[in-house]
Amino acid sequence: MKLTKLSPKILTLLALALLVIIAPMFFPSSFYYRIGALIFINGLAVIGLVILVGYAGQISLGHAGFVGIGAYSCALAPEHLGISPVLAVFLGAFLSGLLAWLVGRPILRLRGHYLAVATLGFGILIYMVLSNEAQWTGGPDGMAVQATGLKALLKSMGFKVSASEMWYWIAAVVMMIGALIALNLHTSPTGRALRSLHDSEVAAGTVGVNVANYKLSAFVISAIYTSVSGSELALMNRFISPDVAGFLHSVELLTMTVLGGAATVFGAVIGAAILTSLPQVLTVLHDFEHIVLGLIMMLVMIFMREGLVPSLAKILRRRPK
Amino acid sequence: MTLLTVEDLSIEFGGLKAVDGVNFNVEAGKIVSVIGPNGAGKTTLFNMLSGLYTPSRGRVTLAGKDVTNQPPYKLARLGMSRTFQNLQIFLQMSVLENVMAGCHLTEGRHIVTDLLGLPASGRRTRQSMKDALGLLERIGLQSHATDEASGLSYGALKRLEIARALAVRPQLLLLDEPAAGCNAVETEEIDHLIAEIAAEGVAILLVEHDMKLVMKISDHVIVLDQGMKITEGLPTEVAQNPKVIEAYLGVKATEEVHNALG
Repeated sequence: MKLTKLSPKILTLLALALLVIIAPMFFPSSFYYRIGALIFINGLAVIGLVILVGYAGQISLGHAGFVGIGAYSCALAPEHLGISPVLAVFLGAFLSGLLAWLVGRPILRLRGHYLAVATLGFGILIYMVLSNEAQWTGGPDGMAVQATGLKALLKSMGFKVSASEMWYWIAAVVMMIGALIALNLHTSPTGRALRSLHDSEVAAGTVGVNVANYKLSAFVISAIYTSVSGSELALMNRFISPDVAGFLHSVELLTMTVLGGAATVFGAVIGAAILTSLPQVLTVLHDFEHIVLGLIMMLVMIFMREGLVPSLAKILRRRPK
Repeated sequence: MTLLTVEDLSIEFGGLKAVDGVNFNVEAGKIVSVIGPNGAGKTTLFNMLSGLYTPSRGRVTLAGKDVTNQPPYKLARLGMSRTFQNLQIFLQMSVLENVMAGCHLTEGRHIVTDLLGLPASGRRTRQSMKDALGLLERIGLQSHATDEASGLSYGALKRLEIARALAVRPQLLLLDEPAAGCNAVETEEIDHLIAEIAAEGVAILLVEHDMKLVMKISDHVIVLDQGMKITEGLPTEVAQNPKVIEAYLGVKATEEVHNALG
């Protein structure tokens, strides 16, 4: 019995690190750094959803709402409270966590479709607030976000990098930290409690797991992940509009989660990578973009129910050596 | 010492009295069996005791505390754990992790420690792993520790549920048909296991259809029919009770029981 092989945690982290470091060698232009950064930013949000959907087995169709809170915290707090944009990331994370905690208590009593609809409503609520409170948020047109000053800081230290390159590395590091935390959680006592209620809430209760509390914890943790990804998005783009909090973005994030494989951190990043880069590749076929996305989704659901990464891993394992 | 006291416990489903005014006691270290025909209310009784159903009347006392209407996770803290007739295995976990999940209460709730992967988190996991491996050895599944739980045979899953329930370190263990669907050898193994657990001082409440098993290992038998307790007593007394024979055992089974008792 080999319990102490190279653990899945180390393997995943190594694979991600390699991906992050090797990818830029194939970038023909700095535009690709931007796509890379977007992949890692979405990847972070999707890792958060892996904790909620893959570990705890709960669904959310409103997580883009937390992207919105994270993003607008970075847009509004520096302007009105005078705190630095980087600090505003933490403020946004705190607000998202708090809101998730308040909203999650009543909502997480629901299951399946009911939970999906309730979270959907929550997401739409956030979107409405962001697009209607025009005197604060600039309404549907969006608003500008202050510069972080990080680039200037790097320049003063003698490093000359483009904004895209800088954000590529920042988003990569933040995502790796997110991945590490999610992987820590997976094999920890808390992770086992979450995964147990995924498989059987009844049995989880009988071994002493406070099901409602653990669901709420997963909801709060995933909200914080998503919020940080929203903050990064705002700070990188220097501009934000309510669309990031919209229903479509929630669906996109959830699709990335199940495409890659809802229960694996590596799958989360692959799912984010595919669905973030695909629209860039498909610009040639712009009119068909959504058709192709829909088709891919259907095929994966029909042939690889568990998502890409777990299904492929199974196929590889089954092959005789 | 009386560990569990059940008084006048009743539940109705839309006018149907599934369990009606049931009373009994369970003492530490004793094996008490609940028998009765299908639909007699055995599993319903279990679901009330373990906090899954809310009784419409009556009281449950565990180790001197009134625990009526307590949710399952609180009952686990007070020392009650159970298995299920229709298996409730954590199918996406390994065999070992299933039992480790049962160690939840000794591990405690330290979410930040676990997120950061601090050494204390690893220590708790290693301790659970050690305990769980010990329990797997006890049920003879140590060689399957790293297998996916979904790949185990039915009989093995039944034993796995017992190991998981034991990981909770219960004072009272509710076993809902632990031998159902098991072959003779597996039933024998479960029989030994249950006797062993009771010998360690754990009170056991057992629902089982295998009369041979029930009569052989029970200290006390409670007979339910149509939601009501029709009699209780020593296995030999119950087996000879005409009401029980009529309601449940039938003549042929009675012979079987006498053979089992020798």
